[in-house]
Amino acid sequence: MNDLKPPPGNERWRSLAKWIGRRPESLTLLILGVAFGVSSLLSPYFLDLYFIFDSTSLYIEIGILALAMTFVIISGNIDLSVASGLALVAVVTAMLHVQLGLPMELVIVLALAFGTLLGLFNGLLVAKLGLPSLAVTLGTLALYRGVAQIFLGDHSLSGFPEWFVGADFIKAGGLVPLPLIIFLLLALVLGLLLHKTVLGRYVYAVGANEAAARYAGIPVDRVKLAVFALSGLMMGVGALLMVSRLGVARYDLAIGHELAVVTTVVLGGVHIYGGRGALFGVVIALFIIGFLRSGMGVANIPSENQLVVIGILLLAAVALGNVMEKLRKQ
Amino acid sequence: MTPDSRRTSTAPEPLASRQPGGGGRFVAATVLRFRELGIAVFVLLIVGVATLIDPRFLDPSNLRNILLYIPLITIVAMGQMMVIVSRNIDLSVGSSLALSAIIVGYLFVHHPDFPIWAAAILAVLIGTVLGAINGVLVAWAGIPAIIVTLATMSIYRGLVFIVSGGSQVSGGDLPVELIALSRTSPVFGIPWIILLAVAVVLLTYLLLRYTETGREIYAIGSNPEAAALRGIPVKFNVFLVFTLCGAAAGLAGILYASRFGYVNPGNTGVNFELIVISAAIIGGANVFGGSGTVQGTLLGCLLIGVIHIALAVLGISASWQTALYGLTILLAVSLDAILHRRLRKHKEGATMT
Amino acid sequence: MSASKSEPPLLRARGICKSFGIVRVLDEVKFELNTGEVHSLLGENGAGKSTLLKILGGVHQPEKGEVLLDGTPASIPSPQAARELGIALIHQEPLTFPDLDVTENIFLGHNSTWRSRLRPIDWKSRYREARRLLDSLGVKLNPRSRMFGLSTADQQMVEMAGALSQNARVLLMDEPTASLTPDETRELFRIVGQLRRSGTAIAFISHRLEEVFEISDRITILRDGQLVATRDREGTSPDEVIGMMVGRPLEKFFARPRAEPGKPLLQVQNLSLTGRFAGISLEVRAGEIVGVAGLVGAGRTDVANALFGIRPADTGNIRVREKNVALRTPAEAIRLGLACVPEDRQHHGLVLPFQVTQNTTLAALRRLFPWGRVRPGKERELAETYRDRLDIELRAVDQPTRELSGGNQQKVVLSKWLLTEPEILILDEPTRGIDVGAKQEVHRLMGELCRQGKGILLISSDLPEILALSDRILVMREGRLTGHFTHDEATAEKVMGAATGQTPTGAPAGAPPESSEPRHAGDNP
Repeated sequence: MNDLKPPPGNERWRSLAKWIGRRPESLTLLILGVAFGVSSLLSPYFLDLYFIFDSTSLYIEIGILALAMTFVIISGNIDLSVASGLALVAVVTAMLHVQLGLPMELVIVLALAFGTLLGLFNGLLVAKLGLPSLAVTLGTLALYRGVAQIFLGDHSLSGFPEWFVGADFIKAGGLVPLPLIIFLLLALVLGLLLHKTVLGRYVYAVGANEAAARYAGIPVDRVKLAVFALSGLMMGVGALLMVSRLGVARYDLAIGHELAVVTTVVLGGVHIYGGRGALFGVVIALFIIGFLRSGMGVANIPSENQLVVIGILLLAAVALGNVMEKLRKQ
Repeated sequence: MTPDSRRTSTAPEPLASRQPGGGGRFVAATVLRFRELGIAVFVLLIVGVATLIDPRFLDPSNLRNILLYIPLITIVAMGQMMVIVSRNIDLSVGSSLALSAIIVGYLFVHHPDFPIWAAAILAVLIGTVLGAINGVLVAWAGIPAIIVTLATMSIYRGLVFIVSGGSQVSGGDLPVELIALSRTSPVFGIPWIILLAVAVVLLTYLLLRYTETGREIYAIGSNPEAAALRGIPVKFNVFLVFTLCGAAAGLAGILYASRFGYVNPGNTGVNFELIVISAAIIGGANVFGGSGTVQGTLLGCLLIGVIHIALAVLGISASWQTALYGLTILLAVSLDAILHRRLRKHKEGATMT
Repeated sequence: MSASKSEPPLLRARGICKSFGIVRVLDEVKFELNTGEVHSLLGENGAGKSTLLKILGGVHQPEKGEVLLDGTPASIPSPQAARELGIALIHQEPLTFPDLDVTENIFLGHNSTWRSRLRPIDWKSRYREARRLLDSLGVKLNPRSRMFGLSTADQQMVEMAGALSQNARVLLMDEPTASLTPDETRELFRIVGQLRRSGTAIAFISHRLEEVFEISDRITILRDGQLVATRDREGTSPDEVIGMMVGRPLEKFFARPRAEPGKPLLQVQNLSLTGRFAGISLEVRAGEIVGVAGLVGAGRTDVANALFGIRPADTGNIRVREKNVALRTPAEAIRLGLACVPEDRQHHGLVLPFQVTQNTTLAALRRLFPWGRVRPGKERELAETYRDRLDIELRAVDQPTRELSGGNQQKVVLSKWLLTEPEILILDEPTRGIDVGAKQEVHRLMGELCRQGKGILLISSDLPEILALSDRILVMREGRLTGHFTHDEATAEKVMGAATGQTPTGAPAGAPPESSEPRHAGDNP
């Protein structure tokens, strides 16, 4: 990759690689710049500030799930059930309010609690039975979606109070939509939790070396339960935001989004086998994907075709990371 | 996993039994046999209950319906099982299937007289190339399989849309001969689609059981470091299993067009990877590699197929299907874990006398 | 000597140099193997024995030097190449595939030509061949048994059968007896003798001098990566060999002034864990070091793990500071003032990718930061304090722990536990595989801790260490306590006798304590 550079560049590349190796999210930041540039080249409308902010609402739920997924992956696990869980919470939320007539304020609390419960179920199977999280959450991916489908079938439920619907139209300063603000606040809180607290350190330790963490007296099982519970809580938050944005609940909400979520986290420089990564990188990665998608959208590239670009981006990011790692080790 | 599981590998049990053969074979063999028997019993149970409730379940026409649903899953599940045995996973099979199906579909739209056999070969070739791309990225670029196939799942699906321009290939566009693959039969009234699936199952069995390569795939999944030190070509074999899995998905693609009579870019093969992985896991393939059998996977496919049809016959809404798949996976892996734990305890208890 | 001196040796390595990072592990080493001889390699931990075998077996590549087979230079770029040349390496931990059966473990990876790959496997003849190989070794193993759950000894037999199936002329054995019972060792030696008679050349590493003297024709001694001497066994005495291995007088061990032990800190009665150990009773008092000796696999680590709540015992009574306690998790153990330096530093002791600071505070985070907020400044300060106190050599305290040498890594593990302010320390092989300087530092620290009134339970396979440091010595064999000596009673012979179940007279005359130098994780990083 450095063939074009003069020979002394090698040294410089290596020190760059070293620096990036220590902070993998810096690579992500670089890609964000490129994504931004490409998107604005694709369409002059892209650089419209209002448009940029407005478009974030379309993918902010993915971001919210990705925040929790970062914890799960750093702890050495994976949660493929997030999108299904979100749909199930959304369906249950709608049923509680629309069909049972519970007040929306109470339903919001119940939705968050229910989401947490779904996450805890995953966590219990992983931590207490010692099952591989990939298999468990593959199972609950089908189970949660299936239960949502049993509840609602092909129907959709609407009839939410006016104040609840359309959170993305509430804009701070007429510019920044509420979902984005919620996301950024959550990112801040969870970032502090992951990087500045004992619990966060435990998450890294469990992911990097579970046995050593156990020997150091870290309650490994409880840490795993906690990350899956957090993942569940974020299913709840994501469900509420999505229902608010769309005004309806259906069983097929967010279908396939688990892949977008994992893509975001990995693109953000989090190591898929756990122990390494930073929340900041994931936030950046979310906006890379978002900007690219809205950029391509403005340029009239159909959203399905954008899948190709996202997939290649993911591969390129990981491959580049591998190359950097090799350079650093030399 | 846990400190004590490491310990068993680094130090011998002090009072371990010294009789030849040890207890290990007993544990592993019992679990395997138990689970294959268990699935078989479960399949029979569903069939029995369904028949009791509605005798039509065992009607020839209904049986044929079951049998036509299963081959598609079985063909891809065989490939997926090999990938899982090698300690990898392939999430892109659904998209590969769709891409092969849509390309073949459009081929027929533009050249209605294209020979079926050539189209079938083309479908397999497409799948092979897609699988080989996964294989190269996993084996030689060193990117974890879950990431590679997550990405190619998106990429291949995107290509489906680009190739088709987003519009579906419907029944009218497909030649009668293609549809006939899943209706007509060369021998004994068994349709082509089933014969092809049987062929894939047999080939997989022969490969895994009777070739050096097949055994090496198990060895790689069982202990990758030892495999490399033993001189087993790890990278090539990993590449091979992905390529074969892709080829299976490619074949399933053209058969999908035949079986369902249409190819839809947004629908065909979506969630197929989950069904197939479930079948393999239910059939005893361990996501940590090294174990998984053809007969177990076949039983897993049978179970999923039977559940699918039983729901329809019993008049239970199809919406229960997904939830039941999920539950089955969870039950399968939980039972495995509990059984393993029990047997290991039992074995350790027996050694200290 | 079974081979005549006139013909060239079957295998000759000369001028072999190898470094890992900046550490030179082999320096101009020469080694020869004749047809039909057993040639033992002796040396302390880190002397370079394993590395030499791995170079001959194609696992590592030497930086300098050459290997001659039958007098012609041979290149051994991979384990596969080695096998094709007829060289088989039996690793310390057998390389096996637990999901496959014995027969496949014998043959897999041996027929890697493309032609043989396409031919169907003839299972019948393969099982028959496996049967024949196992019979020729005199091993009673079912060729259809699954590998999973076989004992280490059986796994070794399977590997030997694999080597035989390829007509290996050179067999390299890296501490094959380290985790075998005496009976299993005898069985292994019977087979080694048989192979030698049929002309196989065998290189053998062991830490047990008596074994080496029993089986070898020649002995080569390495020290700090350099060749000290190669001797015929005839006419060489164990004492001589020890002198060459150690190269330092034994008195260099840290001598600790013995104090009157105080109150009991840890009392264990009748502790049992099914399949691991049974009826263990012991006591550790303030200010004393209780040593636990025994062979590898005697169940000592299992006792340590039970006391620390990693894998609790089934039955038995544990009292800490004269109060009954239930130690079900490490967190509880830590709260009660226990600390455990585990045997496997790399997998259990440290989170290797973590910074030194992060590893230092890992076990004490909750106590250091009760409000949950980690303060990096304070962490750093603590890490620097312990760096100075234990003399840890590092570039920066935020360096990844992975980059440190073994001895310095072990000091980080110790700082981690000191930071929890423990009363009782369980040290499981605390000086295994670390350099002499670090070892002395660890010994000094243990003395200091005792003076402060802490109690130490020291598990060590290093007999001189345990004899020099312990106030009392317990000996374990096959999961049970088989000996209890005070510092003054204890002699190497008595302890080894209790550990092996043999009377001391069974050992070669004058076999000194060093004959039990511990098995270790590996000679190289």
